[in-house]
Amino acid sequence: MFPELIDTRPLRRAVDDGLGWVVRNWGGELEAAAYPLLMLLNWIERLLIATPWWLFIAFFVGLAFVATRNWRLPLVVFLGLIFLGLMQLWRDAMITTALMVAATLTAIVVSIPVGVWMSRSERVRQMVTPVLDLMQTLPSFVYLIPTVMIFGPGKIPALLATIVYASPPLIRLTDLGLRNVDPAVMEASRAFGTSSTQRLFGVQIPLALPTILAGINQTTMMALAMVVIASMIGAGGLGYQVLQGIGRLEVSRGLFAGLGIVALAIVFDRITQAYGRRIQERIGVGEVR
Amino acid sequence: MTEHGQLHDAAPAAVPDDPAIVMRGVTKIFGPDPEAALALLREGRSKADVQAETGHVVGLDNVSLDIARGQIYVVMGLSGSGKSTLIRHVNRLIEPTAGEIVVNGEKVLDMTMAQLGDFRRNRIAMVFQKFGLLPHRSVIDNVAYGLETRGVGRAERLEKAAHWIGIVGLSGYETSRPRQLSGGQQQRVGLARALAMDTDILLMDEAFSALDPLIRSGMQEQLLELQSSLNKTILFITHDFDEALKIGNRIAVLKDGAVQQVGRPEEIVLNPANAHIEEFVRDVNKARAIHIRTVMEEGAFEPCEMAMPADARCEDVLPCFDQHEWVGVLDGTGRQIGRVRARQVIKALARYAPSNGQA
Repeated sequence: MFPELIDTRPLRRAVDDGLGWVVRNWGGELEAAAYPLLMLLNWIERLLIATPWWLFIAFFVGLAFVATRNWRLPLVVFLGLIFLGLMQLWRDAMITTALMVAATLTAIVVSIPVGVWMSRSERVRQMVTPVLDLMQTLPSFVYLIPTVMIFGPGKIPALLATIVYASPPLIRLTDLGLRNVDPAVMEASRAFGTSSTQRLFGVQIPLALPTILAGINQTTMMALAMVVIASMIGAGGLGYQVLQGIGRLEVSRGLFAGLGIVALAIVFDRITQAYGRRIQERIGVGEVR
Repeated sequence: MTEHGQLHDAAPAAVPDDPAIVMRGVTKIFGPDPEAALALLREGRSKADVQAETGHVVGLDNVSLDIARGQIYVVMGLSGSGKSTLIRHVNRLIEPTAGEIVVNGEKVLDMTMAQLGDFRRNRIAMVFQKFGLLPHRSVIDNVAYGLETRGVGRAERLEKAAHWIGIVGLSGYETSRPRQLSGGQQQRVGLARALAMDTDILLMDEAFSALDPLIRSGMQEQLLELQSSLNKTILFITHDFDEALKIGNRIAVLKDGAVQQVGRPEEIVLNPANAHIEEFVRDVNKARAIHIRTVMEEGAFEPCEMAMPADARCEDVLPCFDQHEWVGVLDGTGRQIGRVRARQVIKALARYAPSNGQA
C-alpha cells in the first residue's frame, strides 16, 4: 500500500464545494449560455422528424450518388436507412442523427478556428495539445457528472459531452492539414504579395480541405460513438433503446438499436469519406488519413 | 594567356549608374542566435569554424552584387552554396542577418510589412524550381493569381492571363489543372504567371532545373527570345554551368555562401578565378560559351568572304573554317571590326584542357 502522505479529504471537499458553488451561483447563467445549443439541437430534431422518411432517404441516396457517381454507395445508404425504418427505429434514428449533426456542426465552428490558431503558433500548439489529449482520454463520465449537475439531466449535457469528445480529431486534423500544405506553394503565394489572411483562405484551407474533411468524418463517428452514453443522461434516440435493452435484458431490442447505430455510422462515414476523396481528386494533393 | 589582352573589349559597362538590384554585404546566418555567429564570422572565422563552434549555418557570407537593368544575371552554385537563399533576399522572403538590399532605388529592408506586400505585388515577380502552382486552380486562374492579389478586376486579369498563356505556348490548356500538365508545361504556367505581373524585375530560382534536358533547353531558348523583346532584369539561379553560360549576360559564381567570381560568361571560362570554378570550366562546352569577339584579331583587315556577328559563339563559326581560312567579325552595324581563324578558336577552346597541365 502506498503510504498516506497527505490528507486528500480537504482537497476533494474543495473540488466538490467549488462545483456546488458554481452550480448555485452560475447555474442559471451557464444554462442560458448553452441555450442556443439546445435551440439548434431541437430545431434539427424537429426538422428531421418532420421530414417524410422517403424524402430523407431520397436525399441521402442522392448525396451518395453525387459523391461517387456510381450506384454502389447509394445502394448501401438505401439499405441502411430502410433497415432503420423496417425495425421501427426511424424516430429514434432521427433523434440520434440530430444530436450527431448538432454536435458536429458545433464542433466544426469551434474546432476549425482552434486548429487554424494552432497551425500558426507553436506556443498555442504546445498549450492546446495536452488539453486535446485530456479531452480524448478522460473517461467521459468524469465530465458528464459535473455537466449534469450544472445543467440538470437532459439534452444539453449530452450535447456538450458529445462535443467535448468529438472535437479533438477535427482540431488535430485541421492543424495537421494546414501545416502540411506544400511549402513551395505557400512561398509562391507569399512572393506574390499576399497577406496571411489571403494565404489562409486562398491557399491553405482549400489545400487542407481533404484533411479537414477527414477530421469532420472522425467527428461524426465519435459523436455517434457517444450516443449510448449521452442517452444515459436524457438524450433519447437509438442509444436509449440500447440502454433499455440492457436494463430489461431484452437482447433483441439492444441488438437492433445497436445495429441501427452501425447503419447510421456507415451512412455518414461513407458519404463524408466519398466527398473527401472527391475534393482530394480535384486538388490532386494532400492525403486523407 | 597573353594573346587575350583584348578580352576586355567594348562590352557594355559592367555596372551602370542605376542598377536594378544592389546587394551590399548581405550575410545570412541560420540558427537561434545569428548575432553571435555573425560576430565570429566578422572576426574572420571560416564558415566551417562558425558551424562547428555555434551550430549556426552560414547561408550567405558578405555578398555584394550589382545587377544592371535589362540583363540576365545568373547566380551559379552547387547545392548548399546559398544561391536559393540569395535570391530570396531580393524580395525578402528571407530576412538577412546583416547587409543592405536596394531594388529599383528602394531599400527593401526598410519596408514595413504593408510596403513589402505592395512591393511584391507590383515591382517583382518570381518563378520557382518546384513551380509553386496552386493545384486547386485552373491554369488561367494560376496565371492571373498575381494580378488577383494586386486587385485587378476579373475580366481584365483573365484577358491578360490568356495573353501570356498564348505567349508561353499553352493556349488550349486554360481550364486544365496544373497536375494534368507535364513538368515543362507547369513551368510555362509559372513563367506566364510571373510575366503577367509585368514587372521590371523577374526572379527565377532554378526555374528549369526540374525539367528534362530537352525541355530545359527549349525553355532556355524561349526565355532568351522573350527577353529580347521584354528587356527585363532577370536574376536567374542555377546549378548548371552550361545553363549559366547559355543565358547569362553576367554570371556570379557562389560557393559556401560567398561570391567567388563575377563576370561575363567568357571571362569566367577563360579566366576562372580559382580551382573551384575551374572545375566547372573543365566540363563545359567552351565552344558554346566563348563569343568570337573575345578571340578575334582586332583591327581593320580587308573584308573577309565570310563574316559573323561579334556575338556569335565559337561553335557557330567552326563550320565556316571548312571553306574559309579567315572569318570576319562584324559589330552591330555590320562593320567588320576584326577577324578570326581556326587556330585562334582552337587555342581558346583547348586552353584549360587538363592535358595542358594548367591550374
